[in-house]
Amino acid sequence: MDVEAARMIGAGIAVLALWGVGIGIGNIFSNLITSIARNPAARDQVFGIGILGFALTEAIALFALLIAFLILFT
Amino acid sequence: MASPLEQFEIKPIVPIEIGGLDMSFTNSALWMTIAVVVITAFLVGGVSRRAVVPGRWQSAAEMSYEFIAGMIRDNVGPEGRQYFPFVFSLFMFILLGNLLGLIPYSFTFTSHIIVTFALALIVFVLVTAVGLIRHGMHFFTYFVPSGVPGWMAPIIAPIEVISYLSRLISLPVRLFANMMAGHTMLKVFAGFTVALGVLGGWAPLLINVALTGFEVLVAVLQAYAFTILTCLYLHDAIHLH
Repeated sequence: MDVEAARMIGAGIAVLALWGVGIGIGNIFSNLITSIARNPAARDQVFGIGILGFALTEAIALFALLIAFLILFT
Repeated sequence: MASPLEQFEIKPIVPIEIGGLDMSFTNSALWMTIAVVVITAFLVGGVSRRAVVPGRWQSAAEMSYEFIAGMIRDNVGPEGRQYFPFVFSLFMFILLGNLLGLIPYSFTFTSHIIVTFALALIVFVLVTAVGLIRHGMHFFTYFVPSGVPGWMAPIIAPIEVISYLSRLISLPVRLFANMMAGHTMLKVFAGFTVALGVLGGWAPLLINVALTGFEVLVAVLQAYAFTILTCLYLHDAIHLH
């Protein structure tokens, strides 16, 4: 198989990891909305942790993107 | 048409060579200097008037102080006060680094892995040193959490050590990948805008506007994430759990 073709396929497979990340971010915000709906007074406390959770989960997405770039360009 | 990755090239502005090493003043160094100057001007200028009822600038400077002080108080505890200057400098440096990169024709110095790795290395060495100095050899009980049955400890401990060392990778890669990916996307859509011309160019232009707004959010968020993780690691080192 051509190296270039293998690179493209490898990069495509690497971004399949975003499937899990999508579920994770959806989970975080769904729980955030539910907890604010149950207890609106807790909004300020939960919001900060929710945003932190989003940033950490997004990092996993970027690890996958990094691997895809490494496969494609080196 | 230039490649979207060309924006990350480091270009020397004032070539300086000391003993065979390239110590030029580069565009990265220039924007780091600008970040530090902006932070200093913001803080010094903000509190220069020292009003009891603060105006807008003084309020903003005090709010930035209180934000980090509150973060340290909540996440590290009262012993964390001595680390406030470090955490504050770290947060403001990364925040300004990320935000200044959004100015057209500027350079995002946090989009280079070596810069973010250097910052993460400083944090890692500080946290480990704090743990070792405070607790001595007892620090290594951190890697066997309480409540782990004796037979599981030889399995858990290496996993804990690896996850501790992986902080040195996750922390910088998170920041670097966010910045690099964001700016590359902006450049790619800008390229589409130019390529599609007057008729079709408005669509990628609108996407670029939305993306820039998103990038401002990501800039602040990533600075916040780096800083709060530093606070959490300090908490772990001080309280050992």
